[in-house]
Amino acid sequence: MDMDAVLLARIQFAFTVAFHIIFPSFTIGLAAFIATLLVRWRLTGEDKFHRLARFWTKIFAVSFAMGVVSGIVLSYQFGTNWSKFSEIAGNVIGPLLGYEVLTAFFLEATFLGIMLFGWTKVPPNLHVTAAVLVAVGTSMSAFWILSANSWMHTPTGHEMKDGIAYPVDWLAIVFNPSFPYRFAHMFTAAYLTTSLVVLSVGARYLMQNRFIEEAKTMVRMGLGMVAVLAPLQMVIGDAHGLNTAKYQPVKVAAMEAHWDGSKPADLVLFAWPDAKAEKNHFEISIPNLASFIITHDMNGLFKGLKDFKPEERPPILPVFLAFRVMVGIGLLMIGIGAIGAVLWWRKTLFETGWFLRPLTYAWPLGFIAILAGWWVTETGRQPYLIYGVLKTVDAVSNVAFGAVLTSLILFVLVYSSVFSMGILYINKLIEKGPAGKSVEPPNEALPSRPLSAAQGAARDAMGAAE
Amino acid sequence: MQDISYWLPLVWAAILAIAVTLYVILDGFDLGLGILFPFAPEEERRDVMMNTVAPFWDGNETWLVLGGGGLFVAFPKAYGVIMSGLYLPITIMLLALVFRGVAFEFRWVSKPKHQFWDLAFSWGSIVATFAQGVVLGGLLQGITVQNGQFAGGALDWLTPFALFCGFALLAGYTLLGATWLIYKTEGSLETFAREKAKTALLVMLVATAIISLWTPFAMPRVAERWFTWPNMLYLSPVPLLTAYAAWKCWQGLQLEKQLQPFASAIALFLLGLLGLVISNVPYLVPYTLTVWDAAAAPSSQMFMLVGTLLMLPVILGYTVFVYWTFRGKVRHGEGYH
Repeated sequence: MDMDAVLLARIQFAFTVAFHIIFPSFTIGLAAFIATLLVRWRLTGEDKFHRLARFWTKIFAVSFAMGVVSGIVLSYQFGTNWSKFSEIAGNVIGPLLGYEVLTAFFLEATFLGIMLFGWTKVPPNLHVTAAVLVAVGTSMSAFWILSANSWMHTPTGHEMKDGIAYPVDWLAIVFNPSFPYRFAHMFTAAYLTTSLVVLSVGARYLMQNRFIEEAKTMVRMGLGMVAVLAPLQMVIGDAHGLNTAKYQPVKVAAMEAHWDGSKPADLVLFAWPDAKAEKNHFEISIPNLASFIITHDMNGLFKGLKDFKPEERPPILPVFLAFRVMVGIGLLMIGIGAIGAVLWWRKTLFETGWFLRPLTYAWPLGFIAILAGWWVTETGRQPYLIYGVLKTVDAVSNVAFGAVLTSLILFVLVYSSVFSMGILYINKLIEKGPAGKSVEPPNEALPSRPLSAAQGAARDAMGAAE
Repeated sequence: MQDISYWLPLVWAAILAIAVTLYVILDGFDLGLGILFPFAPEEERRDVMMNTVAPFWDGNETWLVLGGGGLFVAFPKAYGVIMSGLYLPITIMLLALVFRGVAFEFRWVSKPKHQFWDLAFSWGSIVATFAQGVVLGGLLQGITVQNGQFAGGALDWLTPFALFCGFALLAGYTLLGATWLIYKTEGSLETFAREKAKTALLVMLVATAIISLWTPFAMPRVAERWFTWPNMLYLSPVPLLTAYAAWKCWQGLQLEKQLQPFASAIALFLLGLLGLVISNVPYLVPYTLTVWDAAAAPSSQMFMLVGTLLMLPVILGYTVFVYWTFRGKVRHGEGYH
């Protein structure tokens, strides 16, 4: 298979997986948020929590449906485009993905149905429990997917026989060295992303002077999460970075655009790394700070890109830039949390327009950071697909250039039309707000159907548009 | 007593067979409704048709995920070969299913301007069905494999036989859809469905007969399995039962029975799938990969089997519960939307 077809297959996977990740990373946090709202409603009896839970459940339904549909495609792409990967790693990766499917199945079949349609069908406590279990279930799905992904970064617990990976120790496979860090990092990222969306929607209503009571609750809950999680995420990210430095040093060198491993590294704030000339242009940096971050010692040494053969290095520019985007947004979130906390403490949070107005546009930040972060970690392990075991060029199916090009074009067309409609509906739902006519759950109670809840929500959205 | 690496692949092949069978029958009838759509231009009829499957269709489709996922887990080699060998039809099928799936819901949302989603539903169903038939045909005729990897061309599957299988499946799913409608609706829609079911049954029987003759002629192994003594004797119940099911289906249509046509259509599908299994056992990818060649490591199959055996009864029980909850005829205006 020629290089161009490999490139197309990679673009197609990147496109479909990037599209997919948006939805689960939102629903993981949202499920927990809704469960929290319902628990608070049961504890306090305050109606606003119930109204908010119903409002966000409609948005959850649309996002979940998009996540399901885009996820089905992914489960087939390992075979259609990456069949050698499937053959070589199937023994190990297969069951991890299989458990993810079973978890999703279980969720979809039972608790999700009750959560979406059971508002009046089941006793409130059962409904709250179902919402909590959905939140647990989405986390379990993430657990298995991230375990599979982490194994591809830090493969352990297997042995290679005739070029095929065989499981030896399932515990070592599932809990491979980078998994705890990646799981904590991604999980926190999902919660942060959702918190920022909630905060942003709350700020939007406050600025519009609508749904004040609900908006204040959203701003408080969203901001509280951001204020706590954003600094925490920096600590987790640091730990993840140290783990990466241990197992994938070349990725860290690319993230920091650090070329010469024989000297302590400066923290490059901005630069244009040049892979050919093996140096940075337009560099602005703080002396020795990168050494301090990676080794926790001002004069510590860690490997530079020149310590690796050029063909063992990932593409440096995208890894370097995406890392700066992610960290930049992370710092911005810490700033939002800190300023918000001060305003909250001074009791001027809900009146401070200069703080709230920009926040109404802040909702995409988490998504951008997540995509940038995945870009860093996935591009950073190139040229490997399974680190040290299987190179990406050797993992691809023997499918012709024209076939992959055709499918890629179709994917782009279908995804952009179908999913842009879904996103449009979500925006319209938000525009309509939580205090709209309380929508009776469709009396049909369709338990295995996330999409039909989305439909009810979408109809509301259309109503709002008229 | 054979060891575990002999039995595990068989257990997994059985689980996959169950998943595929359930998928074909369950999603078959709701895809069939999409194929019938062009013949029922009246909005009122289309509403009722949609409503008969509204509570079930995405539950039905999840069996496809289990089929694909299960194939990856249990038989990674076959998964890689089949998916890359049949790359275009599988990709097109998935995209058609995406389109059709959202059309189910967006159609109601966009009323009264729902013409586009009517088309999306109908064409999505037709294309997905045809692509599934082509995938089946492409698999039956064999896939070029070298060193355990697909080694053919992008359009290898494009043969008269595979295309014919696509048409045959269109007829088959139409029969399932039409007989389902007979069971779930009444009045003029039921009459309409009965007419279409008769046509679909005849077309499907002719197509099945052609495929049953085509495969042994084109593939000597199939001929050897069916037309040698004493296999012929042991296997004779399959064609005989097929003929009986076809007759019961026709009789049910003539006598205006409610459930009999649908049940007979399901029986026809079960027998057809059984025939395919008989023709190809123990191959997963005919004539290159057996279930044992393609099997994942026993430890992987075992690890996954534990979870599957726990979950499968739950999922099956839940499916039964949903169908029971939404039993009975669907009338216009009292739908799920």
